[in-house]
Amino acid sequence: MMCSFLFLAYLKYESPSNRKLFTFLVQNLFCFTFADAGIIACKRVNDESINTNLYLYFYMSLKIIVLAKQVPDTRNVGPDAMTPEGTVNRAALPAVFNPEDLNALEQALRLKDANPGSTITMLTMGLPKATEVLREGLFRGADAGCLLTDRALGGADTLATSYSLAQGIKKIGDYDIILCGRQAIDGDTAQVGPQVAEKLGLTQITYTEEILECTKEKIVAKRHIDGGVETVEGPMPIVVTVNGSAAPCRSRNAKLVMKYKKAKTTSEIAALSDEEKAFYESRPYLVIQSWGAADIEADPEQIGKAGSPTNVKAVKNIVFKAKENKTLTSSDADVESLIVELLESNTIG
Amino acid sequence: MNNVFVYCELEGNKVADVSLELLTKGRKLANQLGVQLECVCIGCGLDGVEKQVMPFGVDKVHIFDAEGLFPYTSLPHTSAVVNLFKEEQPQICLLGATVIGRDLGPRVSSALHSGLTADCTQLEIGDFDMKVKVDGAFVDKHYEKQLYQIRPAFGGSIIATIVNPEHRPQMATVRDGVMKKEILDENYQGEVIRHDVAKYVPETDYVVKVLDRHVEKAKHNLKGANIVIAGGYGVGSKEGFDQLFELAKEIHAEVGASRAAVDAGWIDHDRQVGQTGVTVRPKVYIACGISGAIQHIAGMKDSGIIISINSDPNAPINQIADYIINGTVEEVVPKLIKYYKKNSK
Repeated sequence: MMCSFLFLAYLKYESPSNRKLFTFLVQNLFCFTFADAGIIACKRVNDESINTNLYLYFYMSLKIIVLAKQVPDTRNVGPDAMTPEGTVNRAALPAVFNPEDLNALEQALRLKDANPGSTITMLTMGLPKATEVLREGLFRGADAGCLLTDRALGGADTLATSYSLAQGIKKIGDYDIILCGRQAIDGDTAQVGPQVAEKLGLTQITYTEEILECTKEKIVAKRHIDGGVETVEGPMPIVVTVNGSAAPCRSRNAKLVMKYKKAKTTSEIAALSDEEKAFYESRPYLVIQSWGAADIEADPEQIGKAGSPTNVKAVKNIVFKAKENKTLTSSDADVESLIVELLESNTIG
Repeated sequence: MNNVFVYCELEGNKVADVSLELLTKGRKLANQLGVQLECVCIGCGLDGVEKQVMPFGVDKVHIFDAEGLFPYTSLPHTSAVVNLFKEEQPQICLLGATVIGRDLGPRVSSALHSGLTADCTQLEIGDFDMKVKVDGAFVDKHYEKQLYQIRPAFGGSIIATIVNPEHRPQMATVRDGVMKKEILDENYQGEVIRHDVAKYVPETDYVVKVLDRHVEKAKHNLKGANIVIAGGYGVGSKEGFDQLFELAKEIHAEVGASRAAVDAGWIDHDRQVGQTGVTVRPKVYIACGISGAIQHIAGMKDSGIIISINSDPNAPINQIADYIINGTVEEVVPKLIKYYKKNSK
């Protein structure tokens, strides 16, 4: 059996440290002469039957964090979208999973598929309602969710948001890769990913279209650049922002929907009866962590409005000044007269 | 000190158009503030790069020229800019809202704890009043000559003016084509400073390697086209766009699109006109089935003649149009082709 483990390890891993591991095992366990047999044995070994710990060890599982945002669906903006104070009236708009964060989740799920034993933790900041995106993530294959919610965190610009998320990531603790969408459709700024990276002292790959290779030591990814594409190699841990042109996210998995449909945040659970609490105590996977500013040890000067360098000076609804114009019908005579007019004035030709 | 800075984006040793446009804008802002205009060029093999930027009225060109600084990677460029800014204390920093500008800008603003506004469509100088907390009580404070960073926001229903009174530099990104590029004086003389890169960029920053890079010339010339035919949700389908391409071929136009049509998957993303796409200033802009969200209008409002084909007589775009054809795209576009063919010969 050992040979088959070794071969599995050898075939799956070509990174230098794993080669070292392989060599070490071969030399110390004197299995080398059975190597050829190992290839055959390895084909017969069902993945499930292998001792789980050994399996994980060989595969070098990844700790993945996905940042997701619940956003107002700006594709359907009505007249009551803004409050009189000029802030976003989120209640007036349907809330959706930010599209590019779904692309990021798909990249995370692919890493998990390729590296069994990997875990995906989702992190979001928003109103308690934002738990919906965490649950949605669980339905599609994530393993855990954390919600940052606190009045003190509200009114934040991208910088204060990034600080809060970085503090949340530090609280989660262990990570190899942080994935998020390139930008959110409510702001289109693309700033939070790189700012989180800077706050954590990590480098970044932005506008990623596909992760080609990812181990504990390095990542190779294809990314969009102006007028082309680029393949880059970076060190781990790293922040990766995923472009909308990346693969779309898989849909919900029916089994996972059944498993996680009762997932609740710690603050929701706290409000339940003792009997119901006991239900969640015996099922820790259904518990979504809910953290406030104090839980993530946030500096009050760096969060919310106080931590935001940018101020909104003015917001105005735009009313276009009507020009004098000529209105035509779609009749043949009207269309022809327009073409003739444009041709005569050499506007087209 | 306290000057206006522009980060110049480079492809090889050629300065990007968007950076030259920002130099023109930066020169105007610097004049209004009574300060100098400086720019930062970071790359490899940059001999003579100053000749490209000086004519736009640059007083000081900071050059960081070393192996490993081209192609762009995040950390070395961030370190060069951040450490230079710590010395120079600029009051304004402008970057292109390109892939590079949007990778670099947020890191620099995070490192310096300054505000950054993405995709501005206008930049102006003006005063700002704000209540600030002093010893626990709120008092009015007046800030003079702040940078107004103006951008459409939130699905295009509003235009927001952003200021960052307490933090420097005031940073903004602007998309390609939004500002106008104008040479100030071919013989403008500024100072060139070649920095010792190792002093600004630690060796440990060179961690990301570019393994492979393809930059293609744009597949179309939307930005420079005299006539643009743009399709929106009212085009209805990918086949609908085929008709627009047919008309474009006849009248020598380029085809653009609104975000709705791009999101629907009917046309390539790189043809999107608007705040988050390309800004165009053609002689003729034919909007086909485009309702006219502010973000779209921000990218085409300076067109010479605007023709709107829309079945909804109340579409917002009709208010800025010179000609309005009330009808569906499906019905009108074939007629335009037919009568153009008939009358142009």
